[in-house]
Amino acid sequence: MKTMEIRLNVNGEAKQWTVAPGDLLLDVLRREGYFGVKRGCEAGECGACTVLLDGKPINSCLMFAAKAEGSDVLTIEGMAHGSTLHPLQEAFLDHGAAQCGFCTPAMILNAKALLDQKPHPSEEEVREALAGTYCRCTGYRKPVEAVLAAAGAGRGPAPRRAKA
Amino acid sequence: MRSDHTVVGQNVRKVDGVKLVTGGPAFTDDIHLPGLLCGKILPSPYAHARIKRIDTAKAKALPGVHAVLTYQNVPRVPHTTAGQAWPEPSPYDTYLLDSKVRFVGDRVAAVAAESRAIAEKALRLIEVEYDVLPAVLEIEQAMAPGAPVIHDEPDAKGIHDASRNIAGYILRGIGNVEEGFRESDRIFEREYRTQRQQHCSIEPHVTISWLDGDGRLVIRTSSQVPFHARRQVAMILQIPVSRVHVIKPRIGGGFGGKQEMLLEDICGALALAARRPVRIEYTREEEFYMARTRHPQILRMKMGANCDGTIVASQLTVLATTGAYGSHSTTVQGNTGSKVLPLYRAEHMRFECHVVYTNTPVAGAFRGYGCPQGFFAQETLVDEIAHELGIDPVEFHRQNVIRLGDIDRLSAQLGEGKEGLPRHIRSCGLPECLDRAAAAIGWTRKRKALPSASHLKRGVGMACTMQGSGIAGIDWASAFLKMNEDGSFFLQVGAADVGGGADTVLAQIAAETLGVSLDKIVITSGDTDTTPFDVGAYASSTTIISGGAVKKAAEKVREQVLRMAAKMLETPVENLACGDNRVSTVGEGKKSATMTQIALHSMYKEKTQIMDGASHFNTDSPPPFCATFAEVEVDTQTGMVRVLHLATAVDPGVAINPAQAEGQVEGAVAQGLGYALTEELVLDDAGRPVNANFLDYKIFGAKDMPKLTTILVETDEPLGPYGAKSISEVPINGPAPAIANAIFHAIGVRFRKLPIRPEDVLRALREKETVADDQCV
Repeated sequence: MKTMEIRLNVNGEAKQWTVAPGDLLLDVLRREGYFGVKRGCEAGECGACTVLLDGKPINSCLMFAAKAEGSDVLTIEGMAHGSTLHPLQEAFLDHGAAQCGFCTPAMILNAKALLDQKPHPSEEEVREALAGTYCRCTGYRKPVEAVLAAAGAGRGPAPRRAKA
Repeated sequence: MRSDHTVVGQNVRKVDGVKLVTGGPAFTDDIHLPGLLCGKILPSPYAHARIKRIDTAKAKALPGVHAVLTYQNVPRVPHTTAGQAWPEPSPYDTYLLDSKVRFVGDRVAAVAAESRAIAEKALRLIEVEYDVLPAVLEIEQAMAPGAPVIHDEPDAKGIHDASRNIAGYILRGIGNVEEGFRESDRIFEREYRTQRQQHCSIEPHVTISWLDGDGRLVIRTSSQVPFHARRQVAMILQIPVSRVHVIKPRIGGGFGGKQEMLLEDICGALALAARRPVRIEYTREEEFYMARTRHPQILRMKMGANCDGTIVASQLTVLATTGAYGSHSTTVQGNTGSKVLPLYRAEHMRFECHVVYTNTPVAGAFRGYGCPQGFFAQETLVDEIAHELGIDPVEFHRQNVIRLGDIDRLSAQLGEGKEGLPRHIRSCGLPECLDRAAAAIGWTRKRKALPSASHLKRGVGMACTMQGSGIAGIDWASAFLKMNEDGSFFLQVGAADVGGGADTVLAQIAAETLGVSLDKIVITSGDTDTTPFDVGAYASSTTIISGGAVKKAAEKVREQVLRMAAKMLETPVENLACGDNRVSTVGEGKKSATMTQIALHSMYKEKTQIMDGASHFNTDSPPPFCATFAEVEVDTQTGMVRVLHLATAVDPGVAINPAQAEGQVEGAVAQGLGYALTEELVLDDAGRPVNANFLDYKIFGAKDMPKLTTILVETDEPLGPYGAKSISEVPINGPAPAIANAIFHAIGVRFRKLPIRPEDVLRALREKETVADDQCV
């Protein structure tokens, strides 16, 4: 089988990988241990395989790995700094926005791409940003709330409810 | 309800949350195994056919192919794929591989190869000659005289009447409906139809299997039922249960679709044949038609009511299809009667159901488990009755719904595939659910609002629903706890967290009972080697049943901790209490020992491991209750129905983790919205799926959702741990009838078939205009 070398940055680290011309970015990333990139449909419909390519969300199942040559790729594994979580990750935890967690990496990456461009989005804009990621667990309300909370400057702790 | 809990009732973060939000290797497929092979299944292209000849020589000869299985080289063991407690009430009508195929997508052969490309090429090299048989695709044709017989194999067991394609038959009742109808002032009878909905968990079914160093078969799988899967795989592959190890990692959504032993058997068989690790993952297309769906039903609902609004008698007659195999056939359909009719206090009830085989994708467990179908019929008919009698639907419900202290006698007639147990209503927040959801939607004002003059018509509608909390007398679970030197506890449960947060809730129950903070509980779940038995995640059972086991185990361990502390502190056990990660004397002269001190003392002074386990089951299944209110806007030019607001009030007993409970409600209603308006797996006239992808099969996305209001109406259930019942299923039942009723309020047209598509709305509006032209009201 023909192979080729590609160079790219993944989560800030320079990588040089041997790939076949037909290898999808999704498969190569998972092969290299970036398991946060999920396989949900392989057709660009569910969005679970989202990564940020030069800051923009893309479906890694629709892109040849070779096309990522020279790009900066951000996966969910690159969002936290050591044990310090990204504010979006904290917000997802505080708001119960991750249920099964399978689409959560894609949601968080799409939200990051939005907040990088627009630090104080409206709810409509958040929903637009999450529209490409199907979630079958949450009904989207808590993920949307989490993104809005992460965007807000004074994000407080989780709402704790007084019991009746 | 007690208000002094420190962990129960708190919105703590998910115990597995960090791993999920950081994309850690948590799911079945998130491992690399050396020598891993790709398994693929050859699906039948025909809805009904016999395999005349199958030749795998070319596939086997292909370099990189390590195993090729057909019916000729695997054991033939009739079984059900339904992940149910033994003995399963579903018919044993399924084989690992068979010489007959019964739906498009049925297994013909399976291969394991060094890459996906080689596996797919190997499938193409398998030569199959079929004797194509006439197929039964429509429910109504299945029992017709002369219809092709789908299960003509002699060794199937438990089929009600194979010669007429009847997988199961149910007839149960209380009172005398005929008498009830005679006593009623008015009789209402309508027919309803529901569709084939697919679970669409974002993680498809995926299983990885290998032989460990001792030659035991390891199955790492996306399952809601690891223990049932272990038992079934052992039976099908004819190996002892002790030689099978099932591991359930994090699961990317189940919703009932993974209450099936679906890939575990074939993946295990391939691993045994190849002596190499094998992974099988369904593609999204395969997931749509080779996994499971909700059972489509034709429901005939008849109710007798008096003019004062009292329901006297109700009768539901159902014709359902289970597809080609009878997975969950009688149990899902039994629920359509037993969990639906008793919502009302009618003296007379009758439920009859035929569950028929058709040459279509296999139906199975799906969140709601027969209730979404039944409640769509019942709650739409009840709305019609209230309208006809001139009674506000909310008032009509208040007058008729089951209440605290009632006994649901139909449940005693209709259990899990056999007679069941009566349900005593020991907690019921339904009246408050009605009040609060009605207020949230603005019911009183909006019901009276004048119709809009524009082409956009608004309306509000509602429905009430209930469910169960575990299967009475059948579901059971166990838990084990042991204490570590640092005062922490390992909690081992067979329960299968499928994403809903069971691990968190169970850890909260353990922490509360032991008087420690949540971080002192380390939970392991759903591993058949390292955790004790649990039936698995289904029937809204985990919080109440597995939670009950955890509470019992924790109480026993707490007793041991207190006894150890009594020795250390030289004070009677009765003077001691756990709390705040320590044991302290109650009242004057306060003495205390930390959990760490107690653990060290126990382990190194007393040479005693503090540990204990417990099992738990209930003989009743307390229903959670739900009121769903919808506001819709119907575009009379396009037929498009837009849901503007969905308010759901649920009585889950005590919510152990309110935020997680709300998440269950919101996820359920999102699936209910799809059931109402967009979701249907469509088959062509040869039984082939035509929309097996997310472009043509529409589930709700972030922008499609209406405004959601979620209200938890907490009650204290005596049978539940800390008063908890359940929540995951009940909210899925309400959206379809509430939306159908809201559409009626908006445009005066009844819809009795799901999903309610724009073309259906437009057609109905045109027919209404035609009728109106001819009618003088």
